[in-house]
Amino acid sequence: MATDDVDRSRRRLLTAAASVVGGGGAVVALWPFLSSMSPSARAQAAGAPVEADISQVEPGQLIRVEWRGKPVWVVRRTPEMLESLDDDRDLLRDPDSLIASQQPPYARNEYRSIKPEYLILVGICTHLGCSPTYRPEVAPADLGPEWPGGFFCPCHGSRFDLAGRVFKNVPAPLNLVVPPHRYLSQSRILVGKDQSEA
Amino acid sequence: MNRALTNLLGWIDARFPLTKLWDEHLAKYYAPKNFNFWYYFGSLALLVLVIQIFSGIFLTMNYKPDAELAFGSVEYIMRDVNWGWLIRYMHSTGASAFFIVVYLHMFRALMYGSFKKPRELLWLFGMVIYLALMAEAFMGYLLPWGQMSYWGAQVIVNLFGAIPGFGPDLAVWIRGDYVISDATLNRFFALHVAAVPLVLVFLVIAHIMALHEVGSNNPDGIEIKKNKDANGIPVDGIPFHPYYTVKDIMGVAVFLILFAIAMFFIPEMGGYFLEHANFIPANPLATPEHIAPVWYFTPFYTVLRAVPDPFFGVVAMGSAVAVLFFLPWIDRNPVKSMRYRSTLHKLNLILFAIVFIVLGILGTKPATPLMGEMAVRFSEVYFLFFFVLWYSSRTRSNGFSLLLFVLLLGIVTAYDFVRATDITMNLVSISWLIPALYLAIMLLLPIFTDLDNDRPVPERVTS
Repeated sequence: MATDDVDRSRRRLLTAAASVVGGGGAVVALWPFLSSMSPSARAQAAGAPVEADISQVEPGQLIRVEWRGKPVWVVRRTPEMLESLDDDRDLLRDPDSLIASQQPPYARNEYRSIKPEYLILVGICTHLGCSPTYRPEVAPADLGPEWPGGFFCPCHGSRFDLAGRVFKNVPAPLNLVVPPHRYLSQSRILVGKDQSEA
Repeated sequence: MNRALTNLLGWIDARFPLTKLWDEHLAKYYAPKNFNFWYYFGSLALLVLVIQIFSGIFLTMNYKPDAELAFGSVEYIMRDVNWGWLIRYMHSTGASAFFIVVYLHMFRALMYGSFKKPRELLWLFGMVIYLALMAEAFMGYLLPWGQMSYWGAQVIVNLFGAIPGFGPDLAVWIRGDYVISDATLNRFFALHVAAVPLVLVFLVIAHIMALHEVGSNNPDGIEIKKNKDANGIPVDGIPFHPYYTVKDIMGVAVFLILFAIAMFFIPEMGGYFLEHANFIPANPLATPEHIAPVWYFTPFYTVLRAVPDPFFGVVAMGSAVAVLFFLPWIDRNPVKSMRYRSTLHKLNLILFAIVFIVLGILGTKPATPLMGEMAVRFSEVYFLFFFVLWYSSRTRSNGFSLLLFVLLLGIVTAYDFVRATDITMNLVSISWLIPALYLAIMLLLPIFTDLDNDRPVPERVTS
């Protein structure tokens, strides 16, 4: 067959069409593999609420509860701690908890809690996910004279006050998250379910 | 006997290019005759890759990629498996040795301009190898499932979550869960032992093919292929085998002595090769008091910490790595080797090495205000280095030097006014001298002195 007989535009069209269809097929074939890396059905189901007994928490003490693989803190704040919350408003990035994603509506108050005494927080820094250290003492040597007591993240130096509100000029952009929670009784809370839900 | 061997070789060569490959890459690959100490690190990197693959295979025979069992299985390897401690320390020391060798290998390229035309692709392959190596090391570090494994992975995966929009979904997809969990450990194991090593091996082959296509650079930065004899062989070249294979064996011997000292006597290297907190099982409820990545990531970690915003911190850290990819197009000076570059260029390279080391040290320290300020300053100099590198691509006019000086220092100072508060003002104004002094030396001295003049490059390689 002479080369003159080759219909080049027809050959180009067929090559291009085959490439596009084949390429499309390859991309589609990739999907199950990429999707298999998303959380499995089991991982998605493992989000059950947890109960915690808070009757044994001393004033000023912090206890940890595990919820969805994350630490949840319960801090029983002393009256002095609650009073100090008002003093450092100017140093905070979001003193009035205006960013709605960081707490349920019922915790959007000056204490960021349902009962002022008990602070419930997800103990994960909003910067890159380390768990901050509880540093309730006022003005320790390593944190400086301005420190009013709160949470200090050892990873990148973010600071939060005793309501989990973030200070200005630290890496973390947002206040610590208050998880959905409700009181089952005076001494028991349920983390993971909102107050209003049945 | 000899005849039989020759016949066998002929039989193979008719079916597979054995002699051809041997000649192209060893016996008739002509490398410049003036390689020095710095040219050991390419072959040493290859050696460490082999050590890592070999020791890694034997570790997988006893390791269990399961959040419940992983930590215990590593202790089992250390205590109960015959020679398990040796195999494990070989692998952990090898990880740090890999980065030591690769950093020296990269700095060699920086000193002798080995990334410049026609070796741009060679440099890019090398940079992709470096990226793959970082991924490999990061995923490997999760496997012992200690406290540092867990919280290190938590921070690094959350870096992806800092990307606006799809970031959080991407982080969930990488973890395979909403937190670092068994799913994460299992997939990191798969990637660490199968996917990334395969990619690494292919990239290394591409790197060597690119090298042998363009030919090796040398400490004089002179192309030996420009001066060939009647047979087409570079006059200043010698066959890689036996000359450099023998030389490299010498380097291998010295390297293995140092490697063995580290492996047998100081495998933890005071908490730098294996961090102390990693001897505690992962606890999702409590971060260790002080966390820092392993030493080879700390320079970039410092850049991340220097920026008080998660997303821009990630951007800064990413840029600190990404900018290296563009070196061939940043440094346009036709003189390759620093031997024939100006005094200021040599000083610039020395300062860059110092800044990189200081950034590394800062990354291991807790986040105090002073350390934070130093992190900002040294990160600034790290990035300014690349501006100076571009600036010194050719002789610039006095006006241009002054303009660039004012512009760059202006940007640094403007950023200081944005970030300084009443409390930090003192510290910021004193540390301002660091970038100011650096820029003054690099951009103002060329106006008043001859320190920026490059030297004539000889026709032939020296010695």
